[in-house]
Amino acid sequence: MADATFINRIEIAPKADADTRLYRDPVEQRLRALSYTILIVGAFVMALPFFWMVSTACKAPTALNTLPLEWIPSNPMCIENIGFLYERSPRFNQYLVNSAVVTIGRTLGQLITCSLAAYGFARFQFPGKNILFALTLGLLMIPFQAILIPEYLLLRQFGWLDQFSALIIPGTFSAFAMFLLRQAFLQIPLELEESAMIDGANPLQILWRITLPLSQAAVAAFAVITVQAAWNDFLFPLVAAGTNPDVRVITLGLSLLQGERSTPWNLLMMGSFLATVPMLILFVIFQRQFVEGVSMSGLGGR
Amino acid sequence: MSFLANTLGKTPLTRRRALWGLALVAPNVLGLMIFFGIPVLIAFRTSLWEWNGIRPPIEVGLGNFVTLASDSEFWGAFGVTIKLMLFCVPIGMTLSLGVAVLLNQRLRGRAFFRTIYFLPVITSSVAATMAWSWMFQAQYGFIANVLAPFGGANISWLTSPDLVLIPIAIVVIWQRLGFDMIIFLAGLQAIPRNMYEAATIDGANRWQMFRSITLPLLSPTTFLVLILQTISAFQIFDQVYVLTSRTSLGGVNNSATTLSLYLYQTAFTDGDLGYSAAIALASFGFILVLTLTQITLQRRWVYYESGTT
Repeated sequence: MADATFINRIEIAPKADADTRLYRDPVEQRLRALSYTILIVGAFVMALPFFWMVSTACKAPTALNTLPLEWIPSNPMCIENIGFLYERSPRFNQYLVNSAVVTIGRTLGQLITCSLAAYGFARFQFPGKNILFALTLGLLMIPFQAILIPEYLLLRQFGWLDQFSALIIPGTFSAFAMFLLRQAFLQIPLELEESAMIDGANPLQILWRITLPLSQAAVAAFAVITVQAAWNDFLFPLVAAGTNPDVRVITLGLSLLQGERSTPWNLLMMGSFLATVPMLILFVIFQRQFVEGVSMSGLGGR
Repeated sequence: MSFLANTLGKTPLTRRRALWGLALVAPNVLGLMIFFGIPVLIAFRTSLWEWNGIRPPIEVGLGNFVTLASDSEFWGAFGVTIKLMLFCVPIGMTLSLGVAVLLNQRLRGRAFFRTIYFLPVITSSVAATMAWSWMFQAQYGFIANVLAPFGGANISWLTSPDLVLIPIAIVVIWQRLGFDMIIFLAGLQAIPRNMYEAATIDGANRWQMFRSITLPLLSPTTFLVLILQTISAFQIFDQVYVLTSRTSLGGVNNSATTLSLYLYQTAFTDGDLGYSAAIALASFGFILVLTLTQITLQRRWVYYESGTT
């Protein structure tokens, strides 16, 4: 299934000898040329919105209403546009920071609660274990939108609306992450943990010193996916913390900026670009983990 | 006390292990019950109320669901959701499978292509959709200019009730493609190479191999992608919100109001929380029926290696 070897299987190309034979076949060569053409055209379409975003973000206001369109702005004003963006949305930086706080809070929280629970379900016997496990997995079946309004009502009851607690605390629990980590923990040989137990280590020490370090790949994959989902989350913050600018996250800040019809497109694109950059950097560094995380989450059912 | 001790285990060691186990799972399980379990109960309870969230609720029994059955706006939103699903799922699956098959060859630059195709997946849907929103603007938008030679310069993609679902579907497909591509790639990599080698010896061409080996052996993956795609297509929200909020949220004449947007508006614009809960449950019911139907139908086309088709 989706273990650490998955990514290796993708990286390793199919057997070479069979393919060198195919290289010489003219039909095969034509097929390869066709493959490249399709892939390049496709890649162009996939990348185009990003290119257009950056290109527009550096355009002067007058260049927005000029035909023919400029692919690359003739007199780029990237830095100036950042300044104009902050003029229009003075708290833009704070939205970025708020998103970072929410993202880090949720990810660390999930890491703690879910690895504890995953370890408990993977290695311990206790009464009601199967029922509890089935119940938590059952929650995976429920689409979040079905409980969006009730979630809002619950948070209102707690007095958490428009506060960081609403944005972070519900997101620190996850049936899905728990399930993934449990799968990873189950792959670790029991003997390693047993020998530590004989040395007198308690379960928390074993989890921290043996199980977690040995499941690094799965933990990293889970972490990048959680970070990405938290950073890009829109509907939940819109409902749970839509009115308080002090805790406004970047996706909300962006959409509010767009809601004002007068906001020019170059500033909107600059805002979108700034909101995208942290995930782009993360992606460049942790590409493997992202791909692995997606294949895990796909196979996990979300 | 001794009763409790005995339910936990027979020996002191098993008892201690059982306590540890319970303590370890407690935070997450309790948190999940509070923040996801209780809301499910609240959803059912609220759906039986007429309630604006402030005044005391009025019990209306199944009244909300009766209203729902003849609510043309609800069925309109249902239709929009189904239309988007019928656009996005087949096209999205075909494209992502196609790209996965192409990238499953020995090609130079595979990693580069994979990165580019995957990029939209990690991007915030709000930021990405905003870029598309700009591209779809009439007159000065990118797409208007590409279509200008064919007379498409002044098409108002986002404000025309007949067209607005096209940009939405394009953005949804574009953002989802890389995700499904990765799942398909994993499935393709699991097909044993020797099946293709045997088929080559038998003189099969590429298309025959794709039809008779790839598609059947990939069908469990295809089924998984189909289920995931359908569920996510049923919940489209962000793209509709961003693409239409600049002019009129949900599109002109609600032409782009999906079920999730309708339930959001019912709750937070109209302040009708009971009715909104009923919409949420009805949507959940649709997803459930769709998924169960797909699971029932899978026996006809999904191939499992153990031989039990």
